[in-house]
Amino acid sequence: MEYFVQQLVNGLTLGSIYGLIAIGYTMVYGIIGMVNFAHGDIFMVGAFVALIVFLLLTSVFVGVHVVFFLLVMMVVAMVMTSLYNWAIERLAYRPLRGSFRLAPLITAIGMSIALSNFVQVAQGPRNKPIPPLVNQIYEFAGITFSLKQVIIVVVTAILLAIFWYIVNKTPLGRAQRACEQDRKMAALLGVDVDRTISITFIMGAALAAVAGTLYLMYYGVVVFSDGFTPGVKAFTAAVLGGIGSIPGAVIGGLLIGFIESMWSAYFSIDYKDVAAFSILAIVLIFMPSGLLGRPEVEKV
Amino acid sequence: MATPNTQRVAATDDESGQAGIGGAFKQAVYAALVTAALFVLLIGLKTDQNINNELILVQRWGLLAAIVGIVFAGRFVFAAFVQPELAARKASRPAAAAGEQGFVKRNLTTIALFALFLYPVVAIMGSGLQGSLKWVDNFGIQILIYVMLAWGLNVVVGLAGLLDLGYVAFYAVGAYSYALLSEQFGFSFWLLLPMAGILAATWGVILGFPVLRLRGDYLAIVTLAFGEIIRLVLINWREVTNGAAGISGIPKVTFFGLFDFNVSSDIYFGKVFGLAASGAYYKIFLYYVILILCLITAFVTTRLRRMPVGRAWEALREDEIACRSLGINTVSTKLTAFAIGAMFAGFAGSFFAARQGFVSPESFVFMESAVILAIVVLGGMGSLPGIAVAAAVMVGGTELLREMGFLKAVFGPDFTPELYRMLLFGLAMVVVMVWKPRGFVGSREPSAFLHERKAISSDFTKEGHG
Repeated sequence: MEYFVQQLVNGLTLGSIYGLIAIGYTMVYGIIGMVNFAHGDIFMVGAFVALIVFLLLTSVFVGVHVVFFLLVMMVVAMVMTSLYNWAIERLAYRPLRGSFRLAPLITAIGMSIALSNFVQVAQGPRNKPIPPLVNQIYEFAGITFSLKQVIIVVVTAILLAIFWYIVNKTPLGRAQRACEQDRKMAALLGVDVDRTISITFIMGAALAAVAGTLYLMYYGVVVFSDGFTPGVKAFTAAVLGGIGSIPGAVIGGLLIGFIESMWSAYFSIDYKDVAAFSILAIVLIFMPSGLLGRPEVEKV
Repeated sequence: MATPNTQRVAATDDESGQAGIGGAFKQAVYAALVTAALFVLLIGLKTDQNINNELILVQRWGLLAAIVGIVFAGRFVFAAFVQPELAARKASRPAAAAGEQGFVKRNLTTIALFALFLYPVVAIMGSGLQGSLKWVDNFGIQILIYVMLAWGLNVVVGLAGLLDLGYVAFYAVGAYSYALLSEQFGFSFWLLLPMAGILAATWGVILGFPVLRLRGDYLAIVTLAFGEIIRLVLINWREVTNGAAGISGIPKVTFFGLFDFNVSSDIYFGKVFGLAASGAYYKIFLYYVILILCLITAFVTTRLRRMPVGRAWEALREDEIACRSLGINTVSTKLTAFAIGAMFAGFAGSFFAARQGFVSPESFVFMESAVILAIVVLGGMGSLPGIAVAAAVMVGGTELLREMGFLKAVFGPDFTPELYRMLLFGLAMVVVMVWKPRGFVGSREPSAFLHERKAISSDFTKEGHG
């Protein structure tokens, strides 16, 4: 039982990270109906920015509290990564809006290749390890959990609350939901569609950047190719939760995290990715609209 | 994103492009500022490991300044001179002069075939027998493998409109079938080639069956998942596939058993014909094998397009619901598309295994699928010559980078152009797509249509929904 709860804790941590990335996929899909394939690499860029900020900070400040470090890393990563996603949307997706549906998917794949290779060229192909930022470990009723895990879950929860507020209670969120439902109508009613879409990309990237920072803190290492697998898993999470639905993305992320940690614990660690991918296939085949998604009606 | 090339892309969509020198300057400053912000951390500072294995930051402000400068200059020149020039040219261009086709255009296929068959001969004459190895192998064979794969995927994506992101799985099935069966049972290439095709086609049906109901992006993602599952199984099923280490020592192709290409063998090509031993014979032989395989692919595809099943594919691509209401069996139509596409990948895979003499899961990563799909889309889905051109440009272009030794003289001895291969490939995908969304040769008309064309063809609005 304790072992099981332990795995639940691990799954919750992993799932929070996937959930944060998945929101970016689901929002972009909701608003312009494209799979932003480069989103996984945006997450990786976020982790790299956090890494560089961390190294900068450690070379300047000594003996400052770690919370300050983490906050600065997160904020800078959010800003920089948003800038990347904004630029990508502007250069690679916006010119193709209204083109056939495959076109932005292809540029997204191109951007994904370009981003990961850009980081490889600019920062080198090696693993980038950092010394552990926080290493307190607590024990409670036979279950060990680290401060890192607590930070991840708490940060995710806070961000989700902020995010929920923005999407549901502000004019910006209303504009986003309007664009999601009918872009042309929203434009006619005075919503600046281009701007709303840009902001959606920026918000998705900011969350991915936080996920990247947390990922760096949790694993203590990042490499240029780290975007792909978490990216695909987060996408799986988005689909599992019902693409286009933000609570769905979070639930999907947590589910994928649980499944992955349970599978590694009880079956085989070699096949944990196979499990995640199989779930993706099974969900899409038998439940294409996911847990919370709306079924798509298709007409001639 | 940084290159002037892609900055140019940004310019195409804002209509205020022709703002004169002052406006151009403003745009250039804007572009330079964005570039500086994007790259200040990721290029300005580099993470390196010192002797104690600790990460340290190396400052590279000069490089950053150079890149920002290039972007500034590029954007300025583009906005101030190139864009007005392009706009002027666009305005003065006469309404498309169709009709008259030159000799070259009319006989394009014949000329291209002729050139392809003569290519190894030219390579030998140009750079000698040993020197031709590089040209025949790295360029000729490499490009033709991608041409074949892309033509195979074209059946699935271009004709039937089913977006497949896991195509490389079938390539892997073909390669591993040849590798395992030839090592375990000693079967020859010529027996295993059709067998690899059949096995891959079977897998095409097996993986195609569950995804029959899916469409569009969802189909793409499920096929991606299948591709990854097959790769992960290849890595983890060590007893059979030898895991990530791969299978080596795969037998070479023989010339139908008449002679072979092992120097020690009695029927070595060089011995039979009294020539000096050289690796080039084998490569040239392989070149013709893959060329003929490609031609078979092209022949079969063009023929299939005119058969009922080909027409059904195109109907499916244009509109699935309409297609079904007209009584076309969408299940068998989709499955044949998957099977035939997979079969060609199987052929290409077994050829690949024979050529490399080594297979490992490393060769079948998702990136390969993405590259093949990119070639199909950039070539203009459905157009065989367009796809061949795209393959030559994208694969040959990135191979050419390996040859750019002189760049070392410009950027210093540490500069390795190979590293930039995939970066440029990715950027090229974006630039070409934005510049020509319908591919190099955009011919997506159905093979059969009523001869009254409407002002807005349905393929423009409907496509991509398959």
